[in-house]
Amino acid sequence: MEHYTMNLTLKIWRQQNTQTPGRFETYPVKNISSEMSFLEMIDVLNEQLIKEGKDPVAFDHDCREGICGMCSMYINGRPHGPWQKNTTCQLHMRAYQDGDTITVEPWRANAFPVIKDLMVDRSAFDRIIQAGGYISVNTGSAVDANAIAVEKDHADAAFAAAACIGCGACVAACKNSSAMLFVSAKVSHLALLPQGSPERKTRSMNMVAQMDKEGFGACTNTGACEAVCPKGISIENIARLNREYMMTGLSDD
Amino acid sequence: MKWSEIFTSSVGKKWVMGLTGIFLVLFLIVHVGLNACIWAMDNGEMFNRAAHFMGSNAVPRILEVGLFAGFLLHMIQGWMLEWQNRSKRKQGYAVSMGNQGSKWYSRSMGILGTLLFLFLVMHINHFWVPSRITGLDAVTIDGKQYHDLYREMLTVFQNNPLVVGLYTLGCISLFWHLLHGFQSAFRTLGVTNPRYLAFIENTGLVFSLVVCTAFALMPISMYMGWVK
Ligand code: HEM
Ligand code: SF4
Ligand code: FES
Repeated sequence: MEHYTMNLTLKIWRQQNTQTPGRFETYPVKNISSEMSFLEMIDVLNEQLIKEGKDPVAFDHDCREGICGMCSMYINGRPHGPWQKNTTCQLHMRAYQDGDTITVEPWRANAFPVIKDLMVDRSAFDRIIQAGGYISVNTGSAVDANAIAVEKDHADAAFAAAACIGCGACVAACKNSSAMLFVSAKVSHLALLPQGSPERKTRSMNMVAQMDKEGFGACTNTGACEAVCPKGISIENIARLNREYMMTGLSDD
Repeated sequence: MKWSEIFTSSVGKKWVMGLTGIFLVLFLIVHVGLNACIWAMDNGEMFNRAAHFMGSNAVPRILEVGLFAGFLLHMIQGWMLEWQNRSKRKQGYAVSMGNQGSKWYSRSMGILGTLLFLFLVMHINHFWVPSRITGLDAVTIDGKQYHDLYREMLTVFQNNPLVVGLYTLGCISLFWHLLHGFQSAFRTLGVTNPRYLAFIENTGLVFSLVVCTAFALMPISMYMGWVK
């Protein structure tokens, strides 16, 4: 693809901390390379701001290769920007043209309070995992990998669900700020495997209870989560969680 | 975990919506089937007999109580869910996601349901109240007295373009509500198999189209004078 440079106008949400209300600031950036990633473009802006003696834009990032799930940016009305199955760090500036205006907002949900600017507190997800997103095993030497037979279909579905990187785009996209795609991915990936089966009942109960406590909304099957998920997690997982949950509710004592 | 807590959790509330939704769908099948008798072209005889059966027999009368309860539960739970879900994002987005990834009607179940509620208030007033409470003129078929619900329908629809328009609007709202609701209910109840889901989605589309068109054609038929 042809390399080109562009001048852009950025409208970025600035917010000092959780308590103070935020506002949009407009910044021009010049000579942005089409080969830069979106985060590198923000890096350029931040260097410019630091030179001008201003406060750089705070944003989360870690791996910059689409696997850690930190880079939460809501870009022009879409979590992680315009590309399909993609994270913000893997979005490249060739998605834009000279003269474009790009609006960048943080994930917005009561359960994800803004820490500063584009950075939100996603520890609610950690607490949901702590409530049941694990298996309990006694330590000792590792069991031979082939000792437990796993049905191929289940292994594939579990693997697909395990691809969730906990980025929170599903919550950001959902009109109900529902975390059901995330929670259902975690529940499915464990419940489908023999190692996860013994605790499947308490797991779905406890994780849903924690999800409700954190202030996420209920699912209404609109499908917005699936459309923006960088890992292509399917909403079939949500149906599976619905089933797991009710079967447990009706059969557990 | 207490048993009752299941139905107050976010997933449990969805189950209530799904179960009551499917119950209401079943009711629609009965309702549209019985009403289709107006097209028997027998001056409403078959229709009046069917309506009489539903009004006098104990089984439908008991089911009717269940129906009112089902509607109430579905509506109250629907409004509460809508309100609670909307309150989970106090600070909204400047640029909305719009239709990128979800259909407008899937995001509008609350408003479509509210339109249905307004329609129901009018509809119950037109037919259920006179037939069960305030009384209707009688008609004699084979020496037996029947409520002339058919005549009542003609009175309501024959010369009232406004009422016919409102009924058509009600049917359009129902169409969009069901287009999302039908398949959504099965997802809520835990159907994950992609082949079944494809079948359910297609069934939902055909069901919504057929039922809503049939309902809409009833007032229109009377207004246009296709049935007299
Ligand atoms: C009269 C007032 C009504 C109101 C206020 C209402 C409201 C709602 C709302 C808000 C939802 C979305 C809930 C959710 O997805 O969690 C919903 C879902 C649904 N509604 Fe209604 N509705 C009404 C009438 C009806 C009628 C007449 C029918 C059909 C015969 C119906 C069938 C359904 C179905 C099948 C669902 C899907 C349930 C699910 O997603 O699990 N509703 N309704
Ligand atoms: S389900 Fe997808 S969108 Fe949601 S947290 Fe996991 S990877 Fe992110
Ligand atoms: S920075 Fe790790 S996924 Fe984007």
